[in-house]
Amino acid sequence: MAHERRRLHSPTTEAPAARYTLMALALLFLALFLLLPLAAVFIEAFRKGTGAFLASLGEPDTLAAIRLTLLVAGIAVPLNLVFGVSAAWAIAKFEFKGKAFLTTLIDLPFSVSPVISGLVYVLLFGAGSALGPWLKSHGIEILFAVPGIVLATVFVTFPFVARELIPLMQEQGTGDEEAALSLGASGWQTFRYVTLPNIRWGLLYGVLLCNARAMGEFGAVSVVSGHIRGLTNTMPLHVEILYNEYNFVAAFAVASLLAGLALVTLVVKTVLELHYGAEISAGRKH
Amino acid sequence: MDVSVKNIRKEFDRFPALNDVSLDIRSGELIALLGPSGSGKTTLLRLIAGLEQPTLGSIHFGREDASRKTVQERNVGFVFQHYALFRHMTVADNIAFGLTVRPRGARPEKAEIRRRVGALLEMVQLSGLEKRYPNQLSGGQRQRVALARAMAIEPKVLLLDEPFGALDAKVRKELRRWLREFHERTGHTTVFVTHDQEEALELADRVVVMSQGTIEQVGSSDDVYDRPNSPFVFSFIGDSASLPVELTDGAVCFDGRPIGIACRPDDIAPGKGTLFFRPQDVVLVDDPAAPALEGRVAASRRLAGTRIADLDIGRPGAPRHVEIEVPLDATAATGTNLRFRPTRWKTFAQ
Repeated sequence: MAHERRRLHSPTTEAPAARYTLMALALLFLALFLLLPLAAVFIEAFRKGTGAFLASLGEPDTLAAIRLTLLVAGIAVPLNLVFGVSAAWAIAKFEFKGKAFLTTLIDLPFSVSPVISGLVYVLLFGAGSALGPWLKSHGIEILFAVPGIVLATVFVTFPFVARELIPLMQEQGTGDEEAALSLGASGWQTFRYVTLPNIRWGLLYGVLLCNARAMGEFGAVSVVSGHIRGLTNTMPLHVEILYNEYNFVAAFAVASLLAGLALVTLVVKTVLELHYGAEISAGRKH
Repeated sequence: MDVSVKNIRKEFDRFPALNDVSLDIRSGELIALLGPSGSGKTTLLRLIAGLEQPTLGSIHFGREDASRKTVQERNVGFVFQHYALFRHMTVADNIAFGLTVRPRGARPEKAEIRRRVGALLEMVQLSGLEKRYPNQLSGGQRQRVALARAMAIEPKVLLLDEPFGALDAKVRKELRRWLREFHERTGHTTVFVTHDQEEALELADRVVVMSQGTIEQVGSSDDVYDRPNSPFVFSFIGDSASLPVELTDGAVCFDGRPIGIACRPDDIAPGKGTLFFRPQDVVLVDDPAAPALEGRVAASRRLAGTRIADLDIGRPGAPRHVEIEVPLDATAATGTNLRFRPTRWKTFAQ
């Protein structure tokens, strides 16, 4: 009998002992490397009470960092939204030479270290570059100023929207658009009333990830920002500065804001995947 | 609206999908474009709609040169193979789409649009489903919504791409009859693409048989079935058998021997050719001395009211495979020999 019963579980399921060991390992790993640090951020932030937490967030330099981060994301995300939709449209709906090259190019920021992405702009616009002296003589500041930070962020967050939309739009094909055109709709009407509604959840998903990365980017921004307090420090850079000054409560208070953003992103992302899985390609393909 | 296609050539990446195709469609006609995949039938339909631009040639709607117009200006009703219904819009919004996107001056009022949508839904027998979404409909219902949506813009021509391709056999038969009635009621010039010859022969006033980017034959169902004008049409439409023959001295010979059929005026000139006949157009020959085709029965099977015999004809080394219909009471045991001759046939030069 015992022999019979052992054989009853499905062939692709392991024995209970193996299953529980695997689950325990995974949970332990998660707790150790993800949950514990996350909890530490919040514990450290509130170590000296809510008052100290709020006071450190109220610091002018911290407020400036928050404002700058919002500004940079506010510029980079819409830019990449427009770029992502147009690139995805071009790649998914047209045939042209160099299409495979463009697709590869879009992925470039994913494969390059963010520090290199930042350095590229230093080489392009720095004092030693060909453009540098001309920019300086015309009073245009790019490096160690807001434009440089925006450029670096745009570069790093470049693929999120496009990568999300390309497989989605390829799968949907051009049938709906052709139907709209044959019914007399103009190109803009077709985009507005047919294409956009078809991709809306995928687009929201891409924008969400793009925004999370834009606000959290450290490496590339660190290279171009110059770390000027109250002027060119974004939130992640500000966290580092505060931490290096042993101002732990303030550092973790700002960090907790970023962690909070991550949690909100995660929840919205999960909700999107749950309800609109069919209209989001990333949920299945990444 | 008459539609005339004049010397159309269409290349994709320098590969011709259509080569010098001309076709006149009369006003109110129901036309089927029939052919195997890759024959260019869908390309021709899309060219008429304006979804593709011809490399050479022109398309006229009545006296107007439609090939100078965009797809929006052509005012055609196009029904896509997979319907292409807008999934985020209700059935009513889908049907109204062509009217609501019109510029303000040409757009009917809201109440008028609602009335027209109601009338169209009634016409396609879907009243009461206004508020449904496409994914809440069956395949046949979606097809009819797509048709109503195309009809809403009062098109000059109705174009349907494989209209029943994605439906199961039963629904397909029902919709086929329904479309025929619909066409008789509305009288629109209608062109549809199909690879299903039964569908084309049953439904269309005229069938356009296409192969490899050219039109092989245009004619009624009777024309293309009874009077095929090329070996392709003969073998593509209906069942058929073909044999290499030689015409000499007024007789048709196979393997150097007369097979008991005399040349007629519409047969090819003396010389080598191919003989085509249909399995049901044969008669068994009992007299062993009379000239006839002789074949060894490889297999025989009962098919509804008839029996089909698979014959191997000709030299044992390289037999020709031919299927013929034999009477139910005929003995067609495997391995025995059967003698027959075609009663209706056609010869084509090689």
